[in-house]
Amino acid sequence: MMENAGYIIGSYVITLSVIAAFAARVLVKARQLADQVDDDAKYWT
Amino acid sequence: MSSLRIVGLIARKDLAIERRSKVAMHQVVPFAAITMVLFAFALDSSGGDSGSVIETVAVTDPPRVIRATDVLELVAPGLIWLAVLFSLLILVQRSFAVENDDGALDALRVAGVDPAAIFWGKAIALGLQLLALEIVLLAIALVLYRADLPPSGLGMLAITLITATGGLAFVGTLYGGLTAGFSGRESLLPLLVLPVVAPVLIGATRAVESAFGTDGVALSEGWPWIGLLTVFAVAFAVGGALAFGPLIDEST
Amino acid sequence: MTSTNTLPETTHATLKRAGTGTRATRILGIATIVMMVWLIAFGLGFSPADRDQEEAVRIMYVHVPTVWLAYLAFVVTAVCSALYFFTKKHSLGFDRVAGASSEIGVTFMALTLVSGMLWGRITWGVFWQWDARLTTTALLFVSYIGYLSVRRLGGSHHQRAKRSAIIGMLAVIEIPLVHWSVKLWRGLHQEATMASTDLDPKIDGLMLFSLFVGIIAFTLLYVWLLLHRTRSMALEDLLDDQGLDRALDARREEAATSGVPS
Repeated sequence: MMENAGYIIGSYVITLSVIAAFAARVLVKARQLADQVDDDAKYWT
Repeated sequence: MSSLRIVGLIARKDLAIERRSKVAMHQVVPFAAITMVLFAFALDSSGGDSGSVIETVAVTDPPRVIRATDVLELVAPGLIWLAVLFSLLILVQRSFAVENDDGALDALRVAGVDPAAIFWGKAIALGLQLLALEIVLLAIALVLYRADLPPSGLGMLAITLITATGGLAFVGTLYGGLTAGFSGRESLLPLLVLPVVAPVLIGATRAVESAFGTDGVALSEGWPWIGLLTVFAVAFAVGGALAFGPLIDEST
Repeated sequence: MTSTNTLPETTHATLKRAGTGTRATRILGIATIVMMVWLIAFGLGFSPADRDQEEAVRIMYVHVPTVWLAYLAFVVTAVCSALYFFTKKHSLGFDRVAGASSEIGVTFMALTLVSGMLWGRITWGVFWQWDARLTTTALLFVSYIGYLSVRRLGGSHHQRAKRSAIIGMLAVIEIPLVHWSVKLWRGLHQEATMASTDLDPKIDGLMLFSLFVGIIAFTLLYVWLLLHRTRSMALEDLLDDQGLDRALDARREEAATSGVPS
């Protein structure tokens, strides 16, 4: 039983940390790009 | 000029280029042949007739013993198609390199030639070259891998070759047209083509296995695979003819 | 590189520019985080162990939502590809949604494969089984990596959009063919000796709830990611165009000041 705990916890850790890293990358990149563009050119503002 | 005549003209043009340059014959066939030899090095470790036992299949009665020398015969159909797939990539690149060198593809398009006709013409020329290559590879497999082909399997084999080659030629031409304009991006073609043609590799391998009677596979087991190969070829013949025009059109 | 770098420090501070977030995305983001915390609490804590799968069933609460998100993303890619291609306007907005969605899809397909392998290691004893679902997913993963490469081929935005729309739609022909062939392949040969991953139809209420939490959390996450990524792609395209305009202006100025080129 306990030998499976690594795989179970591991799947949560891998999934959630990849999601966090991906979301952070998307945000950082978006931020960098947004800083170079005037606000009136952004259709969502 | 009718589209059908254009298809014939383009196919003949590509074959004429091959007849004159003999790139496929002098480079691709030897490449495929050496691949077949290398497969043997990779898989058959014994090199003799009294191969060492590598696996005992206990499910059958009496338990079947697979020797290293049998392995090549068992996997011969798959190796033929793997070699065909690798050669396909080279042939496709070649097929569009001759168009790109002098902007021939652009000229055809500007002249208002139906892109579906270009697609079909090039696919037919590519298919005929592939077919010739496959026959050579089959002969190599019969000799080097000791695969045997019972006369009853000849019909199945012929249908498999035609349907599988059709699927490969259509997919190859379609994605070849996409990657043609980009020098330095040659590695994109295998990345796009190989996952798509995976069903052809699976289907054609099983169908040839049943034609060969490899490992006691019955001839009738090949028919579902022929069905798969036919659907695949038809799907990409139609889808390719529709998609090819906008795909090679860079005007926007 | 950035235009703000050329401004004096004082104006830089006052020139706070909007990011890709809006009130809607911030609410979505908070909701996503809350649901993710719930998912961990229910998935790893409150939900009971399965009768057959025992504790291993807990992987399901991240694995199934990941699969769901990956396939949802690819469906959106295909639909938006078709919308770009077949509508008269050929709106680049659809192309960007398709592109953003495929990036998310590829990431989550990779996660699907990893968490699926870990689950397989427990229930089957091996990381990989050549079964139809796994193999199709793996081939699809590679196909969409190819799609992303096609998007990066260059050319004008509309060239990119048209090329990738076609590749995105061709994948729709490819998926059933791949699945059918792999299924037929496995069916004719050995029946894989594996514990069934299909769960009891009379699934425990709390387990169903945990799964539900996971699906909701991942769907919210998808919308959040999609909004941000689509907007940042719009910015990329905009900067591309601006860069082109600037280069043209510079050329024109050069030609005007230097007079007759020597």
